Amino acid sequence: MRKHAGIIMGMVIITENIMNEVFYVAAGLGLVFSWVKDQKKTKMALKKAWKSFENILPQFLAVLLILGIMLAILTPQQISSVIGGESGWTGVLVASMLGSITLIPGFIAFPLASALLKNGAGYMQIAAFVSTLMMVGIVTMPVEIKFFGKKATYLRNGLAFVFSLIVAFVIGGILG
Amino acid sequence: MKSTLKKYRIFLLLVLVYLALFFLKPDLFAKSTEITWKSLLEMLSVLPPIFILLGLLDVWVKRETMVKYMGEGSGWIGIVLAFFLGSAAAGPLYAAFPVAVMLLKKGGSFTNVLILIGAWSTTKIPMLLFEASSMGLPFTLLRLGLDILGIAIIAIVSNKVLNAKDKAEIYTLVEKNG
Repeated sequence: MRKHAGIIMGMVIITENIMNEVFYVAAGLGLVFSWVKDQKKTKMALKKAWKSFENILPQFLAVLLILGIMLAILTPQQISSVIGGESGWTGVLVASMLGSITLIPGFIAFPLASALLKNGAGYMQIAAFVSTLMMVGIVTMPVEIKFFGKKATYLRNGLAFVFSLIVAFVIGGILG
Repeated sequence: MKSTLKKYRIFLLLVLVYLALFFLKPDLFAKSTEITWKSLLEMLSVLPPIFILLGLLDVWVKRETMVKYMGEGSGWIGIVLAFFLGSAAAGPLYAAFPVAVMLLKKGGSFTNVLILIGAWSTTKIPMLLFEASSMGLPFTLLRLGLDILGIAIIAIVSNKVLNAKDKAEIYTLVEKNG
């Protein structure tokens, strides 16, 4: 199955794009129907949409800039050199800390994970990395805090971190 | 003007960091800007329809409707709806936060909103195919099974740990941002 990864990755990106297009079509149709039914309400909806976007924009831009530097510094070779199959507990901890830095969409996370696996990282460490990559985001925290406050944000990320460790040990125990 | 400056202060600080990189570490600067630019394009392609749909939802969907399907008493319907909304959505987890806020604003229950965020982060349907191809089926199925369990545990525990005061604080933020 692995040699078809490239083709399937292409399919996944297309599927993601289709989902995104579905959103665009839905938003477009929604706007047309809304406009026909009530122009004033539609204008209000657009105003609200812009206001909430503009409200969160500074945090988003800051996160993107931090993400750029982080990902430029951390390369797959560097990462797999510290989370090899023999790295054990420490490797799992390092992997989860690296994964926690930011929230990354799956289509970047999985090719990275698969490259790490090929470069000699262990299953347990990879599981910790993938799970924290998807669920725990320290760099994205300012955005999350703005929406949910500090306590809920720390709680969600903390629980997701602990849970990722459990996932790692179960997967490592069964597959490793 | 002054408040805009304050809102963008971290962003401006980071721009200065990039400027410093440009002079001190041109290689790192080039790579960082390339990655930032890519993520910016991704963000700009994903977010606009989501915010428009949220705006429309805000003016058209009645609070009672949302409460009925995703509120405190919605039971399994609410849980299943939250799970599928999260799994079918496009975009990285940060795109889920404004959606979650809108659900709270319209009366969706706390647990369901937490389930939506959990599903959005780990059980995306198109991703699973891809994960299976790059990590193998056993890894994918194990992780999926564990994560569904995890979503439930995180939702239940968060809902228990956050007390009435914390929730009130979140609703204040919801009113401010929605």
